[in-house]
Amino acid sequence: MLKVNNIHTFYGKIEALKGISVEVNEGEIVTLIGANGAGKSTTLKTISGQLHPTEGDVQFLGETVSGMLSHEVTAKRIIQVPEGRHIFPQMSVQENLDMGAFLRNDKAEIAADIERAFELFPRLRERKNQKGGTLSGGEQQMLAMARAMMAKPLLLMLDEPSMGLAPVIVDTIFETIVRLNKEGMTILLVEQNAHMALSIANRGYVLETGKVVLEGPGKELLANELVRKTYLGEV
Amino acid sequence: MSMEIIGQQMVNGITLGGLYALIALGYTLVYGILLLINFAHSEMFMTGAYVGYFTLIGLSKIDFFTSSNVGLLLLYVLAFLAGMIVTGLLGMLTERFAYRPLRNAPRLAPLISAIGVSLFLQNAALLWISSRSIPFPILFEIRQDDIAGVNVSSMQILIVGTTILLLLVLDTFVSKTRVGKAMRAVSQDREAAGLMGVNINYIIALTFFIGPALGGAAGIFSGMYYGSIKYNMGFIPGIKSFTAAVIGGIGNLRGAMLGGFTLGMIEALAAGFISTGYKDVIAFAILILVLVFKPGGLLGESVVEKV
Repeated sequence: MLKVNNIHTFYGKIEALKGISVEVNEGEIVTLIGANGAGKSTTLKTISGQLHPTEGDVQFLGETVSGMLSHEVTAKRIIQVPEGRHIFPQMSVQENLDMGAFLRNDKAEIAADIERAFELFPRLRERKNQKGGTLSGGEQQMLAMARAMMAKPLLLMLDEPSMGLAPVIVDTIFETIVRLNKEGMTILLVEQNAHMALSIANRGYVLETGKVVLEGPGKELLANELVRKTYLGEV
Repeated sequence: MSMEIIGQQMVNGITLGGLYALIALGYTLVYGILLLINFAHSEMFMTGAYVGYFTLIGLSKIDFFTSSNVGLLLLYVLAFLAGMIVTGLLGMLTERFAYRPLRNAPRLAPLISAIGVSLFLQNAALLWISSRSIPFPILFEIRQDDIAGVNVSSMQILIVGTTILLLLVLDTFVSKTRVGKAMRAVSQDREAAGLMGVNINYIIALTFFIGPALGGAAGIFSGMYYGSIKYNMGFIPGIKSFTAAVIGGIGNLRGAMLGGFTLGMIEALAAGFISTGYKDVIAFAILILVLVFKPGGLLGESVVEKV
């Protein structure tokens, strides 16, 4: 479904990605793990069109999407939930969800999808008319995911969904990811919490300073000695 | 101090405030989207006045426009359309060539670029048109009405009426339409708006059309109200309107409207009660007071964002 071929991306003057290749097949959960600055978020941003590779390309359903601007990538229904959530602070929960459906004009279906989002995250229904900026971090993460779902993604990309959240909320978020995947959603997940990410992923990639150093099925990586030492904190 | 004088000054204040509000919207729209204080905005005001002037002068040579009231109305509508469209396009051009290349530069760079555009346009008008003030044509008879002892001219009614209409149209556009919603999204979080599928360059270009177009309309009103235009006519109203935008809470549309009318009213009342010479002193003293007690401005956003 998604093929990232040997991309090199600069972040300012720093070459953040030094030839990364990642593949996501339909129906999979694929995760990118690695330390801070390994290039995980940069990879997502390059796929979503916020950054552009100087070398290599990104293919989605057989079409080259690298070089497109982020709104054009969104139109291909590759939807990214950005790191730090990026909720519209002055808009209500309802308006944030409406923004998620910005490129759609099937009013009746949008209303039905908002209903579905509220079923997925009942907390959001209670906060429907509250401004996005006043929500707690966990609620904002739920809203960011619900908002992304409003765009009817073919590929959902999540950038550090567990960052800064209480363990209970992290569990809810991960349960939701698994549930969405069971319903057929293809997911590319970037996480610092390597243990949780690998335990739900079909496949994983380990990134280190802009390169893929290891790849394989999630379970295998969980058992891998290097991964255990470096990312799971075991001695 | 009689009630009549207070009433009179309030009428003058509302008229002046309407002009400030129209210009202030341009500052606040652009600041909301790009966090840039568009110093070239005062020259958009001047450009609108000149385009309106040349349209009026040019078309008034055609009998059709001056021989009947309908023709005259059409003439003014055309002058405003021309002034607003040309100024709007100039605004877009400024963004495309002076600000967009600097979008990822440090924030000081586009600010300096804006000052450059301002100087460029002022001097272009000075060189190519005139260094002196030009009388603005008045092609219709201005009626003076006495309402409860207060003298209200048909010009004031026209200015205030049209201003309020433009403000209502803009407010509805931003709060109700799809594109207006996209504008709000870009101003709150540009990155997220792009991820929602909003074409950011299109929204920024549109903002740089709407703001200057409103400023251009204010320029024509100013020409009609004061009876003359000049290459540097934008400077003082520009600073005042920027102040109005800050009083209202920069980035907030209704704030700019409120700030504009508030500043106009304060100035007019200060001129009536105290002295014309002190009106700016008092207006700016009140600005300082507002900022001391409400640093975000009267309608400044106070939503606490959680990280």
